[in-house]
Amino acid sequence: MALTKAEMAERLFDELGLNKREAKELVESFFEEIRCALEQGTPVKLSGFGNFDLRDKNERPGRNPKTGEEIPICARRVVTFRPGQKLKARVETYAGNVKQ
Amino acid sequence: MVSGAYASSLLVDMMTKSELIELIAANQQHLAYKDVELAVKTLIEHMSEVLSSGERIEIRGFGSFSLHHRPPRIGRNPKTGDPVVLPGKYVPHFKPGKQMRERVNSSRDKPYRLGGSVRP
Repeated sequence: MALTKAEMAERLFDELGLNKREAKELVESFFEEIRCALEQGTPVKLSGFGNFDLRDKNERPGRNPKTGEEIPICARRVVTFRPGQKLKARVETYAGNVKQ
Repeated sequence: MVSGAYASSLLVDMMTKSELIELIAANQQHLAYKDVELAVKTLIEHMSEVLSSGERIEIRGFGSFSLHHRPPRIGRNPKTGDPVVLPGKYVPHFKPGKQMRERVNSSRDKPYRLGGSVRP
């Protein structure tokens, strides 16, 4: 079972006493503002968690894995996530089986 | 700080957590700044907690976070060159969602910023 926006809003309701609608809007706004910044070409740095960076990729040759046909992969801008030291340290020690 | 125009301001190299809090607070006028600040910190803590317990995070239109395993390997002490056994570990991984990929790519014609410098 993966964490979703609904559970994140539930946590704000339980711990902070925001009402359900406020909690839902806040979670939505959190992700939307990050997307907006990235859409404008602005990277986002959340200390303690990680950075969302932007990279411009050049066109490169690709292949349809099913047919083997060669198709160029066009130039594009992508977002990458670089986890921060604190998150890396917390995750590193995880020993159990990853639920995928 | 006012919403919307913020991210497009050329003075901004990077959006930080406190700037994100200001933007959300500007959109949620009925909430006090302190409440928004605590809420954002709670969300980030919740996400870190879930990832470090090995569980995934799935946000439609944004992306998913999961753990990738790095197998054990033999490293080297960079000073002495002695081999060092490095145990296997988990690292956080982010896969952008469809809407995120499309919106980020739509700004391809504009420069993006990294660490204070504008890249062509």
